[in-house]
Amino acid sequence: MADRPVPVVEKRLMDVKLGELGSWLGGRDFTPNGIISAVRRGHDRYYNKYINVKKGGIGGVAMLLVGYMAMSYLW
Amino acid sequence: MTLSFFDQFMSPTYLGIPLMALALTLPWVLYPTPSARWLNNRFLALQGWFINRFTQQLLLPLSLGGHKWAALLTSLMIFLITINMLGLLPYTFTPTTQLSLNLGLAVPLWLATVLIGMRNQPTHALGHLLPEGTPGPLIPVLIIIETISLFIRPLALGVRLTANLTAGHLLIQLIATAAFVLLPLMPVVAILTSTVLVLLTLLEVAVAMIQAYVFVLLLSLYLQENV
Repeated sequence: MADRPVPVVEKRLMDVKLGELGSWLGGRDFTPNGIISAVRRGHDRYYNKYINVKKGGIGGVAMLLVGYMAMSYLW
Repeated sequence: MTLSFFDQFMSPTYLGIPLMALALTLPWVLYPTPSARWLNNRFLALQGWFINRFTQQLLLPLSLGGHKWAALLTSLMIFLITINMLGLLPYTFTPTTQLSLNLGLAVPLWLATVLIGMRNQPTHALGHLLPEGTPGPLIPVLIIIETISLFIRPLALGVRLTANLTAGHLLIQLIATAAFVLLPLMPVVAILTSTVLVLLTLLEVAVAMIQAYVFVLLLSLYLQENV
């Protein structure tokens, strides 16, 4: 099963064990460029899954707006 | 009690980041860029259709020199209409209720139209200060009046947008509070108030779109006179 050990930092968040969380967070790129590229990746994932589809409905934009409302409530 | 009604217009901050920043950048996220494909998704098709129709309608009365302003006017319209409509969602913040933002949009753009007119065709631009066919004795008074109206335009543009949106939001909050308070006391009156609230919300949706449109339309009108 474990063919070759992968460095902790390169694992996805769901694969990181709880004990390794500290070192995972410490190794991530928190420079402005890193943050911008992370936001870009997140946006692309959401966009390609929910909006950039052949028969997209109102759901993709609606989820975004509800999230925005929720964040405004908390702010 | 009255003071708390105006809390919705104060820009809240969290960890030093104002909600205004989120509200101002959200329109950018909501309008994706077309990819290199010929057929994009439905969302982009709708968006492209709307923007093309709007730009075509806006540029009809403008001469060739005004076509340079197409990108600016269209993006301004999209920006304002998105911000106004997003502000109708509960708990959100509407940046256009702040006079600073509206004047900051209105004054430079209006000034640009005036300066373009003065620089390229000063006689024609100054000629706008006197309508044709004025009787002789009225001329001095009318010139003063037209000059005042010229200088009041940016103020009118900014304040119109601010006042309309602020008044709408305030009315919604007042009537909603009234309906909510009346519910345990007089349910029938509360239902009537709720009906008023529904109608008012529909009006607000319309006002949000119309105000953005009026802003851009007037700006294009000032441009048309001067270009």
